[in-house]
Amino acid sequence: MADTLFTVVLILAKLALIFGVVLFMAAYLVLAERKILGRMQLRYGPNRVGPFGLMQPLADVIKLLTKEDFLPARADKWLFLVAPGITAVTALLVFAVVPFGPTIEVFGRTIPAAVVDLNVGVLYFLGVSSMAVYGVVLGGWASCSKYSLLGSVRGLSQMVSYELSLGLSLVPVIMMARSFSLHDIVMAQASVPFLLLNPVACFVFLICILAESNRIPFDLPEAENELVGGFHTEYSGMRFGLFFVGEYINLVVLGSLMTVFFLGGWHGPWLPPVVWFLIKVLMVCGLFIWIRACLPRLRYDQLMNLGWKVLLPVSLLNILVTGAVLLGLGL
Amino acid sequence: MSRHVFRDIRGTLQPFWVTLRNLFRKPVTVQYPEQKQQLPERYRARLILTRDPDGGERCVACHLCSAACPVDCISMQATEAADGRRYAAWFRINFTRCIFCGLCTEACPTKAIQVTADFELAGRDPLKLVYEKVDLLVDHCGNDNSYNFYHQTGIGVTAPRGENPQETKPMDVKDLMP
Ligand code: SF4
Ligand code: SF4
Repeated sequence: MADTLFTVVLILAKLALIFGVVLFMAAYLVLAERKILGRMQLRYGPNRVGPFGLMQPLADVIKLLTKEDFLPARADKWLFLVAPGITAVTALLVFAVVPFGPTIEVFGRTIPAAVVDLNVGVLYFLGVSSMAVYGVVLGGWASCSKYSLLGSVRGLSQMVSYELSLGLSLVPVIMMARSFSLHDIVMAQASVPFLLLNPVACFVFLICILAESNRIPFDLPEAENELVGGFHTEYSGMRFGLFFVGEYINLVVLGSLMTVFFLGGWHGPWLPPVVWFLIKVLMVCGLFIWIRACLPRLRYDQLMNLGWKVLLPVSLLNILVTGAVLLGLGL
Repeated sequence: MSRHVFRDIRGTLQPFWVTLRNLFRKPVTVQYPEQKQQLPERYRARLILTRDPDGGERCVACHLCSAACPVDCISMQATEAADGRRYAAWFRINFTRCIFCGLCTEACPTKAIQVTADFELAGRDPLKLVYEKVDLLVDHCGNDNSYNFYHQTGIGVTAPRGENPQETKPMDVKDLMP
């Protein structure tokens, strides 16, 4: 009994910790993105609220909370209200399996530094992350506006074209780590990160998570300058805020997964493991921001072409080669 | 497709270098309320009604400015003084609508309406931006210190008809009868 209680308390504590840290990171990523983008375009970015604009996220939240929560007259009420939640919640759910440090010993028990250490963590990630597109699709559908609908249709077709390559780019990782558990995958990279062992898979995965995060150059469902705001055109106030923050939580989550799958997780010299993990995640997020500053949006058909004609064959071939090499080395 | 592969790869990678370089440059932003930009001399903003060198109102209430205004923000009422001089009984510019295009100044035949470089008109009460004649009228000549409409037109206000420099006497058309 006491044992179960201890486990429950532990899980709740880890949940609270992760929730807090991820939300904090998401809020400040928005600020960081605006500042870095600004500097890259020779502007300052937000610098008025607090020293160096550091209170900007707070001001944004207050603004979003006090804005009118508008429901379009012909919208499908329940779907419209639920959709933003789906985006934010699925993004948070993925984080449940991400290990951010090595297992630790507390009171004679080994505790994984993740909410749960699922033995099918990779499958869980793939499953839950493909749910995220429901937020986009349902939000756009329920708004009963043509721009939103166009945005959600794009979101759906985009998902179809990258999700397959996303899954296939992880197969070599699983083959090399011989496990579906994220913890084991990190442990397998103790000496060399998979980025160096299998750069092709890493590159395909990077492109796919760029598409997964709905950011430039794959922000087709939003496409401000074509579709007003895409799937969230009709949203206002905190519901828009949820979509927005969901996107940045997603950024943190995908950054962590990139770290776990290819950058060697928490492994690194000198610094404590959690710090290494944070540094790597922030580096991936920084890369995403940098990419946003550089690349234009791809066209609908270009994304499809890229997904089906380039990424899919490349990742299939990569699986074949990885398998052959592993077999040849007798591993 | 293959013809452009290298161009495309270069085109994809180049922006990364450009943005990275920009990251370490000084932004070009002017931090407005603290720093102010040096405005060009002929900047177009708040309008004024100027006076002629002799101190009289230049505006003859001809309505050309209000006709030229693309957003119809000038209105006035024309009257005539005892000496035949036309002026505006009231003259109103609604600066909540004015777009500072300067077309009114182009249209004005007397150089009465002119632009200034003062653009900081923002306020909380839109009605305070409706300027009446007292707000608009200044006691200088603006950008032309010599021009006086009534010295050029042949209308007998500042001098009898035809008496101004550069004018010839009016012709008595009845002289021309055969
Ligand atoms: S500047 Fe343009 S908009 Fe303003 S009063 Fe003159 S004509 Fe009208
Ligand atoms: S300001 Fe100029 S154009 Fe306008 S009514 Fe007066 S004289 Fe005419």
